[in-house]
Amino acid sequence: MMGSVVDIPLWAAIAVAFFLLLGAALTLIGAIGFLRLPSFYERIHAPTLGTSWGIGGIMLASMIYFTLSSQRLVIHEILIGIFVTITTPVTLMLLARAALHRDRAERDENVPSKVREERQE
Amino acid sequence: MSAIIIFTAVSLAQLLIGAAMAIAAFRMFRGPRAQDRIIGLDTLYVSGMLLLVTFGIGTGRVVYFEAALVIGMLGFVSTVALAKFLMRGEVIE
Repeated sequence: MMGSVVDIPLWAAIAVAFFLLLGAALTLIGAIGFLRLPSFYERIHAPTLGTSWGIGGIMLASMIYFTLSSQRLVIHEILIGIFVTITTPVTLMLLARAALHRDRAERDENVPSKVREERQE
Repeated sequence: MSAIIIFTAVSLAQLLIGAAMAIAAFRMFRGPRAQDRIIGLDTLYVSGMLLLVTFGIGTGRVVYFEAALVIGMLGFVSTVALAKFLMRGEVIE
């Protein structure tokens, strides 16, 4: 598991551990909420906990660790962070619209019907 | 000392993310409707990406970062394609 353990200072190890556990715990909390919330439109909110601070915490931990262990600035993890932050709202908006479309097509009582302003656009 | 701290944190984080992946997979198989399954897939690949990055911290290699980047991009495209399919019934019009 620990292939090449580079000695990094204690405060950095504590910071890496803190951000790692923060990110992992938030991802798990988001997944639990995704399992337990009752309706689809509530469930769609829960995994975003993992895609915001779950990603953020683990990327911060990775950046701190690799910066200190390779003795130079390593911040390429920020690429994943930016990419996921941009793409998650797009996918979830598309998915929520598709779900709304399907629910309306089935005349589900629990979703609001089409408002008039939306037709006039 | 710091190696022990990092090793413990990486193992715990992998356990937590593994549990999140299991929950997402459960929702993907059980989900009452198609949109629940798609969000389950989305959560599954995001958690898998995080798991790969924690593997990278644990082993000290940078290869895992690139795999995580590829997973992120492919996951985005696949989720958008599936949502489009739910909306219109076809992916490319």
